[in-house]
Amino acid sequence: MTISIDPQKTNNESLQPKGWLRYFSFSLDHKVIGIQYLVCGFLFYLIGGTLASAIRIELASPMSDFMPRDVYNQVLTLHGTIMIFLWIVPVVNGAFGNYLIPFYVGARDMAFPRLNAVAFWLIPPSGLMLVASYFVEGAAQAGWTAYPPLSITTPQSGQIIWILSVLLLGGSSIFGGINFIATIIKLRRPGLKLMQLPMYCWAMLGTSLLVVLSTPVLAGTLILLSFDIIANTGFFNPVLGGNVVVYQHLFWFYSHPAVYIMVLPAFGLVSEILPVHARKPLFGYTTMVFSIMGIVVLGLVVWAHHMFTSGTPPWMRLFFTIATAFIAVPTGIKFFNWVATLWGGKISINSAILFSCGFIINFVFGGITGVALAQVPFDIHVHDTYFVVAHFHYIVYGGTVFIIFSSIYHWFPKVTGKMLNEKLGILHFIITFIGFNLCFAPQHWLGLNGMPRRVAEYDPQFQFVNQISSLGALLMAISTIPFLINVFLSLRNGKDAGDNPWNALTPEWLTSSPPPVENWEGEAPLVEEPYGYGKEISEQK
Amino acid sequence: MLNKNIYLILIISLVFAISFWIGFNVNLLPAEASINAPIYDELFKILFIIGLIIFIGMTIAVIYSLFKFRKRNDQIGDGIALEGNLSLEIVWTIIPSIIVLLIGLYSYNIYDRMGGMKELNHNHEMMTSNTEKIWAGISQTSDNEIAINNLSIEVSAMQFAFLFNYPKGNFISGELHVPVDQKVSMKMESKDVIHAFWVPEFRIKQDIIPGQPTILNFTPTKVGKYPIICAELCGPYHGGMRASIIVEEESDYNEWFNKNKKPEVNL
Repeated sequence: MTISIDPQKTNNESLQPKGWLRYFSFSLDHKVIGIQYLVCGFLFYLIGGTLASAIRIELASPMSDFMPRDVYNQVLTLHGTIMIFLWIVPVVNGAFGNYLIPFYVGARDMAFPRLNAVAFWLIPPSGLMLVASYFVEGAAQAGWTAYPPLSITTPQSGQIIWILSVLLLGGSSIFGGINFIATIIKLRRPGLKLMQLPMYCWAMLGTSLLVVLSTPVLAGTLILLSFDIIANTGFFNPVLGGNVVVYQHLFWFYSHPAVYIMVLPAFGLVSEILPVHARKPLFGYTTMVFSIMGIVVLGLVVWAHHMFTSGTPPWMRLFFTIATAFIAVPTGIKFFNWVATLWGGKISINSAILFSCGFIINFVFGGITGVALAQVPFDIHVHDTYFVVAHFHYIVYGGTVFIIFSSIYHWFPKVTGKMLNEKLGILHFIITFIGFNLCFAPQHWLGLNGMPRRVAEYDPQFQFVNQISSLGALLMAISTIPFLINVFLSLRNGKDAGDNPWNALTPEWLTSSPPPVENWEGEAPLVEEPYGYGKEISEQK
Repeated sequence: MLNKNIYLILIISLVFAISFWIGFNVNLLPAEASINAPIYDELFKILFIIGLIIFIGMTIAVIYSLFKFRKRNDQIGDGIALEGNLSLEIVWTIIPSIIVLLIGLYSYNIYDRMGGMKELNHNHEMMTSNTEKIWAGISQTSDNEIAINNLSIEVSAMQFAFLFNYPKGNFISGELHVPVDQKVSMKMESKDVIHAFWVPEFRIKQDIIPGQPTILNFTPTKVGKYPIICAELCGPYHGGMRASIIVEEESDYNEWFNKNKKPEVNL
């Protein structure tokens, strides 16, 4: 087989299996890879969700009685790692990025289709390896943060497999990031200016910069940690003169930007969804672009707010407080702009817009607790408690996962040519929204009143509130049922969507649904105003 | 137009009124039992009220838009082609910047009042050698304060217990006893992995780090028994790693201290 570097030829159809088999092949088609990311991510979401249910069952009673204590620590470690590295990051970046970015820039594929396929195919083996490590000697049990010396002293095989797996996933993420930057910068259709790109491109450009800048630091840190574990070096081992706080600095230098790697693409996706269903242009395009870049820059210099109780000098605490709180400014601008996008529109109330609005409400709540947590004196009381657990679930679940569902309702007709059932969709939204808030809102109180995170047993006075939280988790688990039924029913006999059921103006809708392998039959259209809603009407006036 | 403005002002005042009412009447925090606690709760109240105003305001805006601007069955076409409004965008950049800056300065003030901004003192009497680096928690003390204050305790944390060494009495206790209204200085060190010392009623927390002693000072203000909780994942029994701090009247404390005191051993 000759290797072609011409993106026009990489999709040589004779080399590719057809039909559903494509999704199990080393396909080079960005649309196939996008769906591979999404389905693979969703399967890991179900595994991570099962682990979350196990945690909430354990916490329904104050004693450690559902599973052994070390298994509980393995479960919470795997839950965090799977949800971050195998569900949210691959789906908001890999799945939607691969599917949408080539359409948005007017290209027939990504810049490096083979690298793209490699990036995806790194994920299933590393995910399976991570899950399988449970059956070796027990999975990693030092939390997803893997702080030494705990990660050095717990059973080694689980921790080493965890490190290998995260390294592979980090590699996949870097490959993806390089590919997105190259595609957005270099593969734009002639005549398409940067400031005419749909907002998701800007979000992915910012995210990919963060991925490329910060993920290598995590990789280096984890390699040093693995040396400490298998070769008895002393980088982070205090017995050998190592420094455990240095690990925390290096780890959070990646892992705080990782939060933006998880939410910035969601900000981009919601900017695509709201204008279509509100029939209005995206409010404040330019300020949106600058806020994304502001978040990227600030996001790189706030990591030590995870370490306010680790013993950092006062000036450093002060700097990180101010820098962290200032992220609220560009983030706030985006939220005001989204509400202004809704304002005065003709909003179709459907599952996509409901999940997007649920995202706005949840994320504003999580953002407010985030600004509070940035304040050193506030953080000192609630650091490492359920308050923090509640805060970041409001960001990553109430924020990003709501947007993933919103996006699935929005782009399902594009990908399959079928509509999803709206009644089941709205039912899915209602159960998810109630379950989510019931699960996580009470956890703020738990944290403030003395329940630390990552515990299998707790003070019996917290039992009732924990049971409310577990009830919420049960609702969240139930909420996937109408969603799955909806997807399978609609795939079989959903209503035909036509090419552009939402009358959207962004380029991916200006072709057939599902799109042909080459994305467009003829030339890629030049879309100068992806959000030009209401233009014809005002011209008539 | 005038009518609309009146409604807007009414709604905004209502949001403020509700937020202030909740902020002042709903208590989400445990008992206040140290001099840090009322300072912390003051900051919490302010952040809670500001947060409520923003959250309630945004939620109302979203739900109102969904309701008011929903597409009716007989409607066709798009909404207004409004692409932005520079002055509005400048307003909602500057106002949040000012709020964030004010919160930052205010929390700096709170942190200072908690003793967090005091310079690290390298001539600390509890330091065992000049090369040892001590990292500070909040409520730093100067040498003079240490000299006046008699109560220094050495905390060692290990999987899965806290031990409290009273050097002046030459004994080790599994419970932390302290007299009320006196400043306590603790030097904390871990024997194995990272732990954390947290007393929710005192609103203080400090990691206990192997190889790097940390210092934590506090002044209890209320007699009672409070939990000491390990807040950093430290292994399978992390959830069970708890101890108690018993704050008692000075006479009770002295009685307990004298009962446990061991004679000085000359080496």
